[in-house]
Amino acid sequence: MALIQGRFLDNIGRVYGIYTGGFIAFIILMAILEQLGVGADTIGILFVAFTIAIYALIGWLSRTMEVDAYYVAGRQVPAVYNGMATAADWMSGASFVALAGGIYFGGYGYMAFIVGWTGGYVLVNSLMAPYLRKFGCYTVPDYIGTRYGGNLARFCAVVVLVVASFTYVTAQINATGTIAARALHIPFSVGVWFGLLGILLCSMLGGMRAVTWTQVAQYIVLIIAYLVPVIWMSNVQGFGIIPHFTYGEAASTLSQFEAQYGLNPPAEAIAGLSVLTTPHTGPVGEYAEWKFVTLALSMMAGTASLPHILMRYFTTPSVRSARRSVAWSLLFIFLLYFTAPALATLTKLQLLDPSLPTAIIGKPFEEVASLAWIQNWSSVGFLAIADQNADGILQLNEFFMRPDIVVLATPEIAGLPYVISGLVAAGGMAAAMSTADGLLLAIANALSHDLYYKMIDPKADTSVRLIVARILLICIGALGALIASLQLTGILGAVAWAFCFACSGLFFPLTLGVWWKRANRQGAIAGMIIGFLAGSLYLYLVNDWDGAGAAYPIMSPWIGLDNLRFGIVGMAASLVSMVVVTLMTPAPDEEIQRMVEDTRVPVGPPILAAKH
Amino acid sequence: MSAESTDVRDRYWQKTRNLTILILALWAFFALIIPTLVGTLNDMTFLGFPLGFYMIAQGSLIAFVVLIWFQNWRQDAIDDEFGFGEEE
Repeated sequence: MALIQGRFLDNIGRVYGIYTGGFIAFIILMAILEQLGVGADTIGILFVAFTIAIYALIGWLSRTMEVDAYYVAGRQVPAVYNGMATAADWMSGASFVALAGGIYFGGYGYMAFIVGWTGGYVLVNSLMAPYLRKFGCYTVPDYIGTRYGGNLARFCAVVVLVVASFTYVTAQINATGTIAARALHIPFSVGVWFGLLGILLCSMLGGMRAVTWTQVAQYIVLIIAYLVPVIWMSNVQGFGIIPHFTYGEAASTLSQFEAQYGLNPPAEAIAGLSVLTTPHTGPVGEYAEWKFVTLALSMMAGTASLPHILMRYFTTPSVRSARRSVAWSLLFIFLLYFTAPALATLTKLQLLDPSLPTAIIGKPFEEVASLAWIQNWSSVGFLAIADQNADGILQLNEFFMRPDIVVLATPEIAGLPYVISGLVAAGGMAAAMSTADGLLLAIANALSHDLYYKMIDPKADTSVRLIVARILLICIGALGALIASLQLTGILGAVAWAFCFACSGLFFPLTLGVWWKRANRQGAIAGMIIGFLAGSLYLYLVNDWDGAGAAYPIMSPWIGLDNLRFGIVGMAASLVSMVVVTLMTPAPDEEIQRMVEDTRVPVGPPILAAKH
Repeated sequence: MSAESTDVRDRYWQKTRNLTILILALWAFFALIIPTLVGTLNDMTFLGFPLGFYMIAQGSLIAFVVLIWFQNWRQDAIDDEFGFGEEE
């Protein structure tokens, strides 16, 4: 306790400096062990186990029984560290593991995620974060409930929050399970529960305070783990120390190779695996530009509506530091997101460019089949090669891979030592765990604070409230792990859905709550219910539930708005219904109007009392 | 609340709103307009990259980072001008 209060905050730079140094020393130690002949499996286990043990230790040291510390980390997190914590909270297993792979296979169309997941912070900074911080709430439904008044508005916000965050958290627990299973050599169904245990160790005892300080630690691990392989690979290929500004030539050459090998669909598809059929740099197909913009817009509005992100800005000491912290967040996120296209480009070049020793396309089939990494990944069914035209040469459309293994397999493809693979596994684990922590806490806090304390038992004692919060955390985590272990959705599909659910229901009620004084309770409730239902209904109609692919079972999507972009439909419905209903009903009373005015000014007491 | 302080708040909010509108217009340009022009921009090169690809892989992202820092710098100035800057 004492460690975290005064002394810790004064020495925070030194503490994380030592931590970073220690982690680098650990990587070097592992590299030495590898040279001494310690097996790859042992190194993988040590990486994952060591990092999880550190997070659990931080979680234990940050334990608390104070409401303020549990919900908003005592509102004393410095802007830079909150920026790191937000970045870890934000960059999920999907960003870390699946993003570069998505760009590898999806090219231009997929990069809408990159633009969306960074540009969204401009919206957070302009429209939301400073004003919500001024409000002084504990949770996002807390804001909706107070600004619009009434339990129904609060309840609607809780429902949207739970659906969006829960969709997201199952994907994260799924990712921790996948990584734990591969690194620790345990079955996936056990890996999921193991991952959940790690997640709960970080968040259960200390709530937001514990999650904040573990997320900072997790950010440091994940950014090192992402940058090191790319920089290493770039040096091996002669693109210089910092590849980001020098891989332009590689991006240009790729189109030559694409033309040379031909971007053709495979003669015979293999379920769950992809071949490269999309050009790397430009738009292709019907509505390509429109699809890019709608996907980016859904992701950006979703960013500005996802409660686990917004609540991070409740932990800063002031409005100004909340804004500053958004700027740091985006900078830290940017470091990873502008590396992902570089990683995808360099990996693709390694496989395609015949002048590089790592190339496999155009090589004799038998030679490729005997490569160790091809065998490792094929044995678990994540990769396949099939000489479908029987010419003895591996063609581009005969190389099948699961998109989300690109990052994990890259060190092996490039022939880097195994210590790098172990590092990448630890990074992926950190990314998935930190996001899962934030999401589980957002759900459990909304249920314990808004549903239990504000609506069911407003007289509840502090200790009872915190015990309820923790029990809910465990139950929701267990439910998430149970669903993840059934493996219903791929990592990325569920993530895009979470953004669309969040922006359908919450984007306009949150934004207009600050920016339109006239917005009232009836309008907000209509906006949440109609937006959320319209988005969900549209998803139900256009989603391909049986996974058969081409045919849409109920209706074909309007103008290319498919199941990843249903947020556009939901937001449109939300905006129209909120404006129409607000104008048909009386304006909010003077007290609420004054509250909105106070929200807009950075100084003065918060709207909600410090301990509510 | 006195009439004067209401007036100060109104002028403060007007400036804040104008800044926000400017930022959102620039945001819309980089987030929504640029991606639709990628095909055309790809005919040009920048640092060896096809320009369109460069913009969605890095250019717009850099623009977002710069936008937020710029906005915070201006907003801090507006806060201080009206005496709404906080003690840190």
